[in-house]
Amino acid sequence: MYRQACRRLLLRPSARAAAAARPFSTDLPSAPSQDTTFVEAWKKVAPNIEPPKTPLSYLKPRPQTPTSIPSKLTVNFVLPYQAELDSKEVDMVIVPATTGQMGVLPGHVSTIAELKPGILSVHDGNDVTKYFVSSGFAFVHANSVTDIVAVEAVPIDRIDPNLVQKGLAEFTQKLSSATSDLERAEAQIGVDVHSALNAAITG
Amino acid sequence: MASSAAVPFWRAAGMTYITYSNICASLVRTCLKEPYRAEAAAREKVHFAIAKWAEGKPEKPSYFNTMFMYSTYLFVGRFKKLVDRKQLS
Repeated sequence: MYRQACRRLLLRPSARAAAAARPFSTDLPSAPSQDTTFVEAWKKVAPNIEPPKTPLSYLKPRPQTPTSIPSKLTVNFVLPYQAELDSKEVDMVIVPATTGQMGVLPGHVSTIAELKPGILSVHDGNDVTKYFVSSGFAFVHANSVTDIVAVEAVPIDRIDPNLVQKGLAEFTQKLSSATSDLERAEAQIGVDVHSALNAAITG
Repeated sequence: MASSAAVPFWRAAGMTYITYSNICASLVRTCLKEPYRAEAAAREKVHFAIAKWAEGKPEKPSYFNTMFMYSTYLFVGRFKKLVDRKQLS
């Protein structure tokens, strides 16, 4: 019985039209900071007490998709233990996606990119800040907000070249002497990461 | 629907994305210069206890208080392989 009810709900003409016209999350209007139905219901029951604040009221409103291309890109670059860049306005960001180095300018199309170990550079006017990113994801939204999440990211000058060379030699040796699939995969990851670190220090 | 999409080599070898990402991060951490390396090593510590169950009751758990994450994955991989092969029951 309930199964039929669900099917009938979905097949209603209004539901079908709504599903066809589903907007992207960045096209929606900003979520209201207070749930008005809740506040009204509260006031009816307890008019003298302030309604409690809900998580929605603590949130910053979602930035709207602007009608014209904005001049600056807003970057949020976060690591699990620290926020490197928090809503910083920059001109361009180059992310090391698995499909190659990808430059993100204001007005870039919405993209989700998986990152490979490589250099992330943030360009603001003439300043360029480079980080070596271990892996992560970059989300570019339609309103020119870019969220980059990584597990580990270090400025290039904190990398020790001797340890990189040693690691590269060790993992190349492990790759040639690997027996099982898992060992080979681990050795391959080691070789990839150390080669990228090497390219980052020398390049 | 294409079910023959090109898979990355680590997924073909049975590794998940989280494992891959954490191994990459711990390798980067071991290549840092000195004061940063010590701070990063502190971030990597994992505390866990493994308890084997026999006849519905847990036996005494063995504690591993600190272990670098990379070696944790290797350890868990070996542990799982041994359990699968019934060498550690």
